[in-house]
Amino acid sequence: MIVLEKRPQPSKAWSYATPLVAVIATMVFGGILFAILGKNPIEAIGTIFWEPLFGEFAFYYRPQLLVKGAPLVLIAIGLSLGFRAGIWNIGAEGQYIMGAIFGAGAGLAFYPLEAWFIFPIMVLAGAFGGWLWATIPAFLKVRFGTNEILVSLMLVYVAEQFLASVSLGLLKNPEGFGFPGSRNLQSYESAHNAELIAGSGMHWGVVAAFIAVIFAYVLLNRHMLGFHIRLTGEAPRAAKFAGVNPARLILFCLGLSGALAGLAGMFEVSGPSGVVSIDFNVGYGFTAIIVAFLGRLHPVGILLAGGIMALTYIGGEIAQSQLGLPAAAIQVFQGMLLFFLLAFDLLTNYRIRAARSEVA
Amino acid sequence: MDLGEINPVLLVASLMVAATPLLLAAIGELVVEKAGVLNLGVEGMMIVGAISGFAISVETGSPWLGFVAAAIGGAVLSLLFVLLTQVALANQVASGLALTLFGLGFSALLGQSYVGIKPPSMGEIHIPVLSDIPVIGPILFQHDPILYVGITLTAAVWAALKYTRAGLILRAVGENHDAAHALGYKVIKIRIMAIMFGGACAGLGGAYISLIRVPQWTEGMTAGVGWIALALVVFASWKPWRVLLGAYLFGGITVLQLNLQAAGVAIPVEYLAMSPYIITILVLVILSADKSSAPASLGRTFHASH
Amino acid sequence: MKFTSLLASAAMALGLATGAMAQDKTKVGFVYVGPVGDGGWTYEHNEGRLAVEEHFGDKVETVFVESVPEGPDAERVMTQMALEGADLIFTTSFGYMDPTINVAKKFPDVKFEHATGYKTAPNVSVYSARFYEGRAVQGLIAGSMTKSNIIGYIGSYPIPEVIRGINAAYLAAKEVNPDVEFKIVWAYTWFDPAKEADAAKVLIEQGADVILQHTDSTAPQAAAQEAGNVITFGQASDMSEYAPMPRVSSIIDNWAPYYIDRTQAVMDGTWETVNTWDGIGDGMVGIGEISDAVPADVKEKALALKDAIASGEYHPFTGPINKQDGSVWLAEGETADDGTLAGMNFYVEGLEGEIPQ
Repeated sequence: MIVLEKRPQPSKAWSYATPLVAVIATMVFGGILFAILGKNPIEAIGTIFWEPLFGEFAFYYRPQLLVKGAPLVLIAIGLSLGFRAGIWNIGAEGQYIMGAIFGAGAGLAFYPLEAWFIFPIMVLAGAFGGWLWATIPAFLKVRFGTNEILVSLMLVYVAEQFLASVSLGLLKNPEGFGFPGSRNLQSYESAHNAELIAGSGMHWGVVAAFIAVIFAYVLLNRHMLGFHIRLTGEAPRAAKFAGVNPARLILFCLGLSGALAGLAGMFEVSGPSGVVSIDFNVGYGFTAIIVAFLGRLHPVGILLAGGIMALTYIGGEIAQSQLGLPAAAIQVFQGMLLFFLLAFDLLTNYRIRAARSEVA
Repeated sequence: MDLGEINPVLLVASLMVAATPLLLAAIGELVVEKAGVLNLGVEGMMIVGAISGFAISVETGSPWLGFVAAAIGGAVLSLLFVLLTQVALANQVASGLALTLFGLGFSALLGQSYVGIKPPSMGEIHIPVLSDIPVIGPILFQHDPILYVGITLTAAVWAALKYTRAGLILRAVGENHDAAHALGYKVIKIRIMAIMFGGACAGLGGAYISLIRVPQWTEGMTAGVGWIALALVVFASWKPWRVLLGAYLFGGITVLQLNLQAAGVAIPVEYLAMSPYIITILVLVILSADKSSAPASLGRTFHASH
Repeated sequence: MKFTSLLASAAMALGLATGAMAQDKTKVGFVYVGPVGDGGWTYEHNEGRLAVEEHFGDKVETVFVESVPEGPDAERVMTQMALEGADLIFTTSFGYMDPTINVAKKFPDVKFEHATGYKTAPNVSVYSARFYEGRAVQGLIAGSMTKSNIIGYIGSYPIPEVIRGINAAYLAAKEVNPDVEFKIVWAYTWFDPAKEADAAKVLIEQGADVILQHTDSTAPQAAAQEAGNVITFGQASDMSEYAPMPRVSSIIDNWAPYYIDRTQAVMDGTWETVNTWDGIGDGMVGIGEISDAVPADVKEKALALKDAIASGEYHPFTGPINKQDGSVWLAEGETADDGTLAGMNFYVEGLEGEIPQ
């Protein structure tokens, strides 16, 4: 019989090796799936992982990895702080939407004025929008003890309806012939979150994502507040004795994750996307939850996980158009990757041993 | 605007239909969470149930077989979650999300040849005599059989949790898995059964959408019901009858807002469309005075160390 | 900025090079907003793609990417197709408008076709269908067949496309039945079959015996079938599995002729920017078979209306038509211009309720 034995310390070696093992396992099983669908498995896998990084057009895809990965990382960093403390914000999608609406709204309020201060105001407004939306569940939890998972999730749907409403009303482009959607911020220079070096994919949102990673790393490892966050998650009773104020921690963690999600929305709407429209949100807020866990709630891990998710999205699109793989197959493939990453994590914390059968 | 056009009897009858997929999925998840496991993959299991049920009932011509297949399909998918969280001891939140992602993709692959087909119809049960009673008849006695299955299941789960030994053990496992283990209960085995039950219920809920409520197959057709079901369990503070109440409340507000629109009530439509979610939050705030809390081991990984 | 243009031109050169290599086969790309299995909007575009493949055989290669979110993802997918040598790219959702224009700037030698938008460029055409023509035919059947004089209408979002359909259907219904009344429910979603089913049930419960839908699922059809004496119309695809009752006719999106035509133009080198808005006459809007549930005289009138619209003899928006507030929109005999129609954001006189803003 095989038993699991908990390691006294997580294995360093395995913690680096498991992602690799998981990716290889995904390639094997994904390959089988693609073969069943009648595609050449080696070609398909190669397309997904190789093309975006080293293929003929990698000069275009590599910057796109930044564009796709940045909002994921930015949101996931914020979420990971709360998750570590046992505070479950799963409504980042809504906060992302509100950040975009507030940010774009602030910018468009100045249209057509061109001035240097518009973009900074939009950044603040975007962060505020996300913060506001996340503070609702935080406040309700602190004041009434209401479950934050549910409230933050419900607020996603409210935000989606609000987005539809402003796309059709308040923010509708007056020169858009009655079609829904706002003016394109890409053609409003003061409000445009343009690439810092054209063709590099680097826009302010990417910069913000990197800053957030460093900030979170320092906070968790060098700062009292970070210690309190970790303590609350790992040993709530001990945290109480250590003088952690739970209400303040809830307001901080939810507020910060909301603000970061709001920033992500604001950078997206003012840059790569350009317009506030009914279908502006594409699920970054939910995918970021997965990214946060894939990265083991560790800032650097999240950075890598965001990169891997972005890679499978972009590689998946290439595989669709080059090989005719259905989008659903790519989704299954991503699901598999997550499964294996999660499953093999076992080896980091446990040792597998053969043992005599015994009564459990 | 003419509120007289809204027929309260029909409103109640149709909200019961609208609430049934929610109810089925939520009651399953309640059992899972009572056992101390948080499975966020409800949406994934529902959609796989929706396509399994649809495919089998189209192939066999029997909606009943379809529902059986849906339950099996949901349960089989939940085995993946079992493998991750109970065998490989992975994080439950992430595993559940992965399950949803996988389920959405997998169901779309399975369903490729079932787009644009009409499934066999199940028909309604008109209980003789009772269904002719004015008001109560149409509300209570003129529905499809699965709707009654949902209500029966709620009652059964309630009774089982409250009065049976199995229910007691389940709750013990959810409250304190170490103590339950020390008492000699097989924590993992009980949890596996609970998770599979949850998967089967979610599968039924999905098939209710693809076979009765809509009925057709399209990719992603559950459109977020699984998430609402998850929310409902918390909303109900893990009490079966409150799940029923919550499902009816949620379904009711959804149907009511459409009714108000059709009757021409001059409230902006987008606010009406938001109303189910906002009212759920409000009710939740009111209910949070009730301090009965989540199962203490909810979401925690169990590993028996000797 | 120098570096930028350098990179852009490098990208272009590469794009051109591969484009030239693939000259023997014309490569046509399609960007879809939904899955091809949605049974509606994207499904019909994909049927158009398959028709292109069938028509040209070996001379053409088609590629597609499905479920592409509007915004930067769409831009990336289009760029990718262009880089890989596509000669012609169809982008099939309104939200792809700005991304299409952006990508088209970078690849001046690749032709782009954007569905339902209004921005054109030297290498960007726009195309759309006059679905309102079909709505008028539906309105005539609906107005003639309703007994309760209440017609239910399920709208997705209050955008010009949907509002135009409501107005066209209402005018045609009113023409044959002055007592007719429209009940309009906005679902505020493009796709949620369960919600569409609920909306249909609500309308039926409130007395509607005809349901018109501007959402793509068959959920309202099933709801009508269950209710009994309610008729419906197929939307986007024929939905003939619900014929002869409740589905009595349908509007079918038929993109195939246009796609074949435009692909041919690229092959011949005769492609130029156009702004196409085709209707029944050009075959872009198909009217599904009118079933036997429709009385013969009504069917005859409906077919006559269809023919009159197809030949251009009759315009569904022909004056006198007033706006909802009573102000004059079109005088006697005047027909609506395309500009007003494209951006239509008002109800015509007689419709009740307000358009959500």
